[in-house]
Amino acid sequence: MENILLRNRTIPEIGTFETYLEHGGWEAFKKAFSMSPDEVIQEVLNSNLRGRGGAGFSTGRKWSFIPKDAERKYVVVNADESEPGTFKDRELLEFNAQQVIEGAMIAAYAIQATAVYIYFRGEFWDIAHNFEQEIAKAREANLIGQNILGGDWSCEFYTHLGAGAYICGEESAMLNSLQGLLGQPRVKPPFPVMKGGGLYYEPTVVNNVETLANVPWIIVNGADAYRAIGTPESPGPKIFCLSGHIAKAGNYEIPLGTTFRELLYDLAGGPQHEGKGFKALLPSGASGPVIPLTEDMMDTPMTYESLVELGSVLGSASFIVMEEGTDMVWAAYKMAQFFKHESCGKCTPCREGTYWLNQLMTRIISGQGTMRDLEILENAATQMQGKSLCALGEFATSPILGTLKHYRAEFEAYVNGEKQKELPASKTVAVAH
Amino acid sequence: MLQDEKYQEQIQRIFAKYPDKRSAVMPLLYLAQEAYGWLPEEALDEVAELCDIDPTQVKSIAGFYTMYRETPKGKYWLQVCTDLPCALRGADQFYEELKAYLEVEEGGTTEDGLFTVEHVMCLAACDRAPMLQCNFHYMENLDMDKMRAWIEERRAEAREKEQKS
Ligand SMILES: Cc1cc2nc3c(=O)[nH]c(=O)nc-3n(C[C@H](O)[C@H](O)[C@H](O)COP(=O)(O)O)c2cc1C
Ligand code: SF4
Ligand code: FES
Repeated sequence: MENILLRNRTIPEIGTFETYLEHGGWEAFKKAFSMSPDEVIQEVLNSNLRGRGGAGFSTGRKWSFIPKDAERKYVVVNADESEPGTFKDRELLEFNAQQVIEGAMIAAYAIQATAVYIYFRGEFWDIAHNFEQEIAKAREANLIGQNILGGDWSCEFYTHLGAGAYICGEESAMLNSLQGLLGQPRVKPPFPVMKGGGLYYEPTVVNNVETLANVPWIIVNGADAYRAIGTPESPGPKIFCLSGHIAKAGNYEIPLGTTFRELLYDLAGGPQHEGKGFKALLPSGASGPVIPLTEDMMDTPMTYESLVELGSVLGSASFIVMEEGTDMVWAAYKMAQFFKHESCGKCTPCREGTYWLNQLMTRIISGQGTMRDLEILENAATQMQGKSLCALGEFATSPILGTLKHYRAEFEAYVNGEKQKELPASKTVAVAH
Repeated sequence: MLQDEKYQEQIQRIFAKYPDKRSAVMPLLYLAQEAYGWLPEEALDEVAELCDIDPTQVKSIAGFYTMYRETPKGKYWLQVCTDLPCALRGADQFYEELKAYLEVEEGGTTEDGLFTVEHVMCLAACDRAPMLQCNFHYMENLDMDKMRAWIEERRAEAREKEQKS
């Protein structure tokens, strides 16, 4: 299949304005511009494009929520990509800048936005500076800025750099961070699309980079052609990020509904080390439950729905692959550390919960845990569920509960004194029994 | 220092992006960090004044993120990713060996002031592990042989520079 998203794989310079134009770039925007904003929203709605930032929400529906009468409206592009195991937006931003800019400008036209901000994670420093140059070229061509293409509508496009905080990928935290407030989530509702909930409290569409990269193709080829790719509920192409114990780690653009076998064996060459089989999969980075990666599931098509049936989520499709022999307690401990570090501290269940999950995991893995600690661990994680202000508090429980569900015996080996890991002195905790 | 003539154009360009002054706090912190090399009290005060907000708020924002330098760092600030996907490909061991080679602890700076080493969470480059961020640039697909060679080059450069001055 031709690449719809990672076009740089066949046309290396596609990210630059000049090359992009040579390959049909900005035709989609011009076509959208000849349609009414409502027609553009309807087309994207019909395509059933679902958000690629993790939640899988209908993009067309999100756009349709923006009140028409608001004087100021924004599009914010989520380029914070910080989920462990996710590196798809980075390839799009680094090598397909114009496609992302065009997609964002189509979204901006559809909601008649007054400005677009793209929020990069701070580490994408070089990428952001290149992006500014590409934005300037589109502005010179009157595709961005005042009286776009000679019409009445004006819309600016700005970049903003984060500075290293996973939570700023959560949309309301991102808006706060952009406004120069502490990058912590807001109480919702009001949601960003609503008056009072968005950037500067004005109605705002927040979309992921990959989501927007789909939009130009949809406008040019139409919703029907898009829905012909993938499955009815999960249409379109998707970039899967493969990391960990896989022979060929990297990004793979494939239609949703491709089977595990086609991706993990045919494309990515199977397990990293010869003679080893797969053991487990984190399909959505650290934020979704771990599942055993078995021969039985290899012919299952990968969709938003099928991953739920398998007991996890597709999320951003960041597949962290683990081979036989991987210590699952250690993997859970790594993720507990991640969430403790990334909890923003605004609400008590998550702040305290992630602290205690990390303490308990540290105790268990250093061989000082007891059966009672396992109970406390399970209890603490369960108690956190449904009580936090944002989804991070929920995400933080899944490595613990998912691992306990499938690999309890490995935990027991630690608390029975059969196993322990040497941790650097800075990582050990005082034991209070 | 941000009052210096040479920063005025950049400051104006930053303010032009946002409808209010407060939103400029993050880019101004980066600019102050570039000017001072890190973010001493003075730098925070200057940013606060420019944005018209309280210095304690600027301080808490600087402290919230991992890329602002609240303490001085070595010339090369090495942030090694040891998150799960990288760790599955040997990042923990790489990090331990790097610290041992440079004879520093977590977060420490070498005596010559050249290298600061710490570990960080996922940097969206997991397919090229082990990897690290050096100041604002990525170094990927690393191993200790490559690292030792790179470190020795930086040291040689520093010695050369010292001899000249
Ligand atoms: C803790 C947390 C971290 C998130 N990180 C990201 C991220 O790095 N990138 C992203 O696009 N969405 C992230 N999201 C999802 C966003 O909040 C939001 O749903 C998304 O940007 C919407 O865009 P979409 O509908 O196009 O997917 C995160 C959510 C949470 C709760
Ligand atoms: S759940 Fe965690 S990350 Fe989210 S607001 Fe509460 S403390 Fe912050
Ligand atoms: S885990 Fe190291 S870059 Fe993602």
